[in-house]
Amino acid sequence: MALLHLTSSSSRSNLLKPISAALSYSPSLRRSISSSAADDSRTFTIETSLPFTAHQCNPPSRSVDTNPKELLTFFRDMATMRRMEIAADSLYKAKLIRGFCHLYDGQEAVAVGMEASITKKDSIITAYRDHCTFLGRGGTLLEIFSELMGRQAGCSKGKGGSMHFYKKEAGFYGGHGIVGAQVPLGCGLAFAQKYSKDGTVSFALYGDGAANQGQLFEALNISALWDLPVILVCENNHYGMGTAEWRAAKSPSYYKRGDYVPGLKVDGMDVLAVKQACKFAKEHALKNGPIILEMDTYRYHGHSMSDPGSTYRTRDEISGVRQERDPVERVRKLVLSHDLATEKELKDLEKEIRKQVDEAIAQAKESPMPEPSELFSNVYAKGLGVEAFGPDRKELRAVLP
Amino acid sequence: MATTSLRTIGRSVCRVSRRGFSTSCDDKLVQPSSKSTNLYSAINQALHIALETDPRAYVFGEDVGFGGVFRCTTGLADRFGKSRVFNTPLCEQGIIGFGIGLAAMGNRAVAEIQFADYIYPAFDQIVNEAAKFRYRSGNQFNCGGLTIRAPYGAVGHGGHYHSQSPEAFFCHVPGIKVVIPRSPQQAKGLLLSCIRDPNPVVFFEPKWLYRLAVEEVPEYDYMLPLSEAEVIREGSDITLVGWGAQLSVMEQACLDAEKEGISCELIDLKTLIPWDKETIESSVRKTGRLLISHEAPVTGGFGAEISASIVERCFLRLEAPVARVCGLDTPFPLVFEPFYMPTKNKILDAIKSTINY
Ligand SMILES: Cc1ncc(C[n+]2csc(CCOP(=O)(O)OP(=O)(O)O)c2C)c(N)n1
Ligand SMILES: [Mg+2]
Repeated sequence: MALLHLTSSSSRSNLLKPISAALSYSPSLRRSISSSAADDSRTFTIETSLPFTAHQCNPPSRSVDTNPKELLTFFRDMATMRRMEIAADSLYKAKLIRGFCHLYDGQEAVAVGMEASITKKDSIITAYRDHCTFLGRGGTLLEIFSELMGRQAGCSKGKGGSMHFYKKEAGFYGGHGIVGAQVPLGCGLAFAQKYSKDGTVSFALYGDGAANQGQLFEALNISALWDLPVILVCENNHYGMGTAEWRAAKSPSYYKRGDYVPGLKVDGMDVLAVKQACKFAKEHALKNGPIILEMDTYRYHGHSMSDPGSTYRTRDEISGVRQERDPVERVRKLVLSHDLATEKELKDLEKEIRKQVDEAIAQAKESPMPEPSELFSNVYAKGLGVEAFGPDRKELRAVLP
Repeated sequence: MATTSLRTIGRSVCRVSRRGFSTSCDDKLVQPSSKSTNLYSAINQALHIALETDPRAYVFGEDVGFGGVFRCTTGLADRFGKSRVFNTPLCEQGIIGFGIGLAAMGNRAVAEIQFADYIYPAFDQIVNEAAKFRYRSGNQFNCGGLTIRAPYGAVGHGGHYHSQSPEAFFCHVPGIKVVIPRSPQQAKGLLLSCIRDPNPVVFFEPKWLYRLAVEEVPEYDYMLPLSEAEVIREGSDITLVGWGAQLSVMEQACLDAEKEGISCELIDLKTLIPWDKETIESSVRKTGRLLISHEAPVTGGFGAEISASIVERCFLRLEAPVARVCGLDTPFPLVFEPFYMPTKNKILDAIKSTINY
């Protein structure tokens, strides 16, 4: 497959391979997107949509190096995320996904741009809106849909659900349910990294709502005090549930809220800006300690599946963002304007992605539910011999080691 | 000064509650001015009344100004204004600390924690500040006007962080009260008592019942006594004790047991601390058997405390070990919630084995 081949031959092969792997071989793609563009890793530069705004540091350049291969990969990855979240929405409505489910569509450029600047040796930790971050770390569609539906093939064996995706071998410390709690954890990861001296960093993601939790400030102080290689990424989608940022924050300039910690405000809808900012932040963190990246982004869906998302913001606002700032459309335009593919080729690619998503869902549905005994496993390192369970104690009884 | 204003409020309220019915006996509460009401609307009514009857009452929490995730605070901001009903940022520790300060100046601070699962960031403020303020200041200060509302318990598919029942943690803390209603009528009367009680109270609302439980609820102002358990079903063979949403499950088990000739007495504890030992004790003296059921994990749950106290008081009268049918000692699971839950069949099974002991 053309795209798969191109990715694995690139220098960042380990970054995007898993997503590529999730998209299986597709002869149509090889034919459609001209191999010259798909294989082309000649660098050229693109200006970010907006300048960076910096706090206590000099902002990086607006000119971002990229190449045809990378742009096509960005398009494919973000389109996959978009499709995946829309499919999750339908599965939830069909009651195949239970529990709480928070979708990421609109924010894709943050996950994808971040991965473009770091390696799987760097760590990422995030909140409950974690599906796409997991995919970015190399998780597969099958693992995602299985976990969403509580199946054994899920990335947390079906025991975590939507909010609790993890991928240890790729440094993904996962999805956290308690708002803000993951940020001090991320600083702890960075503390360990500082000792290991292997040039890796941690990215701790949190929302604009979470930015008001006291834990954030404790974590900031510690990591600044000890120069920890941690990047605090505030995914500012402008709402914490139904609360607009300005209602909850005295200063919604989240990149400045570290005071003595440098910060950068980034257009989080522009994948190239995100890439540039994360590259800059990683270098900064390794040299100087923590930095805050405020990603100006937007979630199209409501907060979770029980929120229609239209009572506290106008439909015009949502459609305005879709029209003006959509991260997938931005890359589509770049690809087209640089003649890297035709409109039809991109449409075909999206069709192909759709098929991959549907196939993953079908496969996930085949995966069995976790064994009932899994209810008692992983509470401690070893089971402690829980005795009885079952809707009727007489029917089902298990003694675990 | 704080105490005076609290006392005045307390007195005026007693007058209100004496209006015709102060008992919790269900049929007495059904008055002509009653309306069929679900649990979240009953809570909403109580909050309306609390704000109406006390100009120094405030309601706040995450998204509370918009009605809250469960609609319990709908309409309050419109009616009483944004200076009395308001959203807070997302910071539970701050919310409760703020509430303690507000209450210490003689106000009624009704703070909402969006889910009981999110009360832990505020745990320190509740345990170390709210609960001990009166004691450690030799009664100079208190935050008796503080009431913390939080939805608790299973909803069928809430998963790890929208289902927990953390009541036992708070029952280990002298200085606060813990109250859990079982129905709309109870919720309204108990919440008003909690808000007007001169002690800080944690009020857990069974979120499973917000829409599901519907009954006649008087429209006017009434209060139900705290620290008084209620026998909601009389029986002679075994005493069942529970609270909140679990009572309806237990009631089903009682009905099934009855078909097999076992007569169960069912008691709603309502206030977990300080709890009504006497009502439980006299029931167990009558039946000679006790079963306790709650959703929280069995180990260290409040059932353990009830069991120990009743064994101390009724040791010679007991004809079987005290049974506990509770949540399992696991995190609240996303999959296999029915296995985790103290279901009707598990209770029925335990009733029978206690009877046949
Ligand atoms: C401690 C805690 N309080 C409240 C909640 C409920 N809650 C879940 S997400 C959320 C809003 C968070 O908003 P933000 O940080 O902006 O992240 P976003 O959802 O926009 O990604 C709230 C209040 C929670 N999960 N944990
Ligand atoms: Mg947000």
